[in-house]
Amino acid sequence: MIRSELIQKIAEENPHLYQRDVEKIVNTIFDEITNAMSGGSRVELRGFGAFSVKKRDSRMGRNPRTGEAVPVEEKHVPFFKTGKLLRDRLNGD
Amino acid sequence: MSEKTLTRMDLAEAVHAEVGLSRNESADLVESVLNHVSDALVRGESVKISSFGTFAVRQKSARVGRNPKTGEEVPIHPRRVLSFRPSHLLKDRVASGNKR
Repeated sequence: MIRSELIQKIAEENPHLYQRDVEKIVNTIFDEITNAMSGGSRVELRGFGAFSVKKRDSRMGRNPRTGEAVPVEEKHVPFFKTGKLLRDRLNGD
Repeated sequence: MSEKTLTRMDLAEAVHAEVGLSRNESADLVESVLNHVSDALVRGESVKISSFGTFAVRQKSARVGRNPKTGEEVPIHPRRVLSFRPSHLLKDRVASGNKR
């Protein structure tokens, strides 16, 4: 399923809404999660999962082609942990 | 870092502010979006949200695990797990937003 199919499904279930509003609704949800994580916040959606930011320490990396050591700066990466209910549903419980 | 935790309520509030629907209807729509994503994953489909990321279901085979406290061997059954692969855009936004 891709973004446009998700929008289509929500639109079909809500015939009273304009298509462009349904697009706005779906986009707002994912934008809001993105903005929260970019500000270092967590987004906890019980039953579905939690989005958080993890810190990766700086380290010495290596250029795989030349074998040369290169410093890699500290960075932050997005992380998702599946919620208990969804994890159980994936396994048919 | 602000280190706040957002919930469904904050997402519903954003939808309310952005689209102008009632708070109640906004909350129902947030729930509906999460349910559609979950249902697709439970059916075994991947969910690809452009410029956000991809949720994919992976099949894990059975293996022998160990209770780290007692050292006792326990069988781990085959199972399905969810993996989220953030898009480049999301990775870039999170990296630049959290830079010191």
